[in-house]
Amino acid sequence: MLNVGKIEEGFVLDHIRAGKSLEIYEHLRLDKLDCTVAIIKNARSGKMGKKDILKVECDIHMLNLDVLAFIDHNITVNVIKNGEIVEKKELALPGQIKNVIKCHNPRCITSIEQELPHIFYLSDPEREIYRCKYCEEKYSPSAK
Amino acid sequence: MRHLMSPLDFTTQELDRLFDLAGDIQKNPQKYAHACDGKILATCFYEPSTRTRLSFESAMTRLGGRVIGFSDAASSSASKGESVSDTIRIISCYADICAMRHPKEGAPMVAAERSGIPVINAGDGGHQHPTQTLTDLLTIRSLKGSLGGFTIGLCGDLKFGRTVHSLIHALVRYQDIRFVFISPEELRVPDYITDMLKSKDISFREVIRLEDVMPELDLLYMTRVQKERFFNEEDYVRLKDFYILDMAKLERAKKDMLILHPLPRVNEISVEVDDDPRAAYFKQAQYGVFVRMALILTLLGLA
Repeated sequence: MLNVGKIEEGFVLDHIRAGKSLEIYEHLRLDKLDCTVAIIKNARSGKMGKKDILKVECDIHMLNLDVLAFIDHNITVNVIKNGEIVEKKELALPGQIKNVIKCHNPRCITSIEQELPHIFYLSDPEREIYRCKYCEEKYSPSAK
Repeated sequence: MRHLMSPLDFTTQELDRLFDLAGDIQKNPQKYAHACDGKILATCFYEPSTRTRLSFESAMTRLGGRVIGFSDAASSSASKGESVSDTIRIISCYADICAMRHPKEGAPMVAAERSGIPVINAGDGGHQHPTQTLTDLLTIRSLKGSLGGFTIGLCGDLKFGRTVHSLIHALVRYQDIRFVFISPEELRVPDYITDMLKSKDISFREVIRLEDVMPELDLLYMTRVQKERFFNEEDYVRLKDFYILDMAKLERAKKDMLILHPLPRVNEISVEVDDDPRAAYFKQAQYGVFVRMALILTLLGLA
C-alpha cells in the first residue's frame, strides 16, 4: 500500500472518478499554486472499485470549489486544518461558471472577441445542462 | 437601466403595459410626436437589414428624436478591428439609446454589459430577434383582441427559423394556446421546444400538409422554406408547394383567420392573397413601428 503523508492545512478530494484527477488538477489550476500536491490514481475503493484522490496543502480559501461541482458533484471534499478533517463539503452544481469551459459555437461573439470571459449558466439543474451566457448554446462535454 | 435582449426579458404584465402604450400611440400619434425631442437613437447594424433598421429609424423619428448609426460592418470601426465592448462605450457618449444588429450571437448582450445607455437587440445571428416577436405579439393582440384562446399554425422552416422559436417561447406564457406545426420532416421544430411544450402540458401537433389543418386554424404564421435546407433537390421539388399559401388553400380556412409573416416573403405567400382581408403581414410591419416606439419610450423611462 502506497503511503502519502498527512497534510496540515488544505483539502483532500476523495472519490474522484478513476483517471479524472489530472483533469481536476488542471481545472483547479494547481500548477499555478506553489504548494504540495499529491495525485493518487487508481486507488482501491470499496464503493467505486477504483478512484482517484487529490491532496492539496494550501490555504483553504485558495481553491474555487464551484469548478469541482461542475466536473463531478459526487467528489467528497474534506477540509483539513491542523491535520484534522474540520468539514466535509457537499458540492452543489454552481449557478454560473466562468472561464472553466469554452463556448465552441462558431457563431458566438466569444469566438471573435478574445478578451470576453466564457461564462456558462445552469439552465436545467435536473438534467445538469449548462448554456453559454451569450449565445445560449448548450455545453457539450465532448467538445471540452 | 433596462435593455431588451430576449422577448422573455419582460413579464407578461410589462408586455401588457408596452402593448397598451403602443395602442395609445397608434390612436394618438400627435400626443407622442415630441416625446423624444432632443434624444438620439444609434442604430448599430453590423449586417444589413433594411426593414428592421428603417422600422427603428421611423419609430424614433415619429417620436421627435434623431437617429445616427451605420448600416453594415464595413462602414463601422469594426472593419478596423474594434471590439463591440469598445464601440458601445463610444456610442454611449453620442446617443441615448442603441439598437444593435450583429451576425454574432450574444453581441448585443456584450454591448449591454458595457453600455451606459439602454441597448435593444435588433437581431443577433440565429439567436434572438426580440422586436420581431414583440411585433408579432402586438399584431395578434390588436387584431385578435387578446393573446390566448386560439389555435396557431406555424408553417415552413420550423427548424432554423428563430422568429418561430421566439414566438413559441413568448406565446407559451399565455393561456389556452394550441400549436400546430406544419413542416417537412427535415424542418420540424427542434426537440428542446417540443420537450418544453410537453413539460408544460401544452397542446401541439406536427403535420406535413398545410391543407390538412387549415380549417382549424385561427392564426397562420408563414415562414419561408429555403431550398438549401433540403438534403436533395427531389425532396424540395416534392414538398415546396405544400408550403406555398394561395387562394385555393385558403378556401378551407376560417373567415377570420389571420395570416402573419415576418417578411420578407419570396414566394411562400402568393401575391393574390395580399388583397384578402385575412392577410395581416403588411399591417404587421406597421405594428412593428408602434411597438418599437413604445419600447424606446419605455427603455428611456419616458413612458
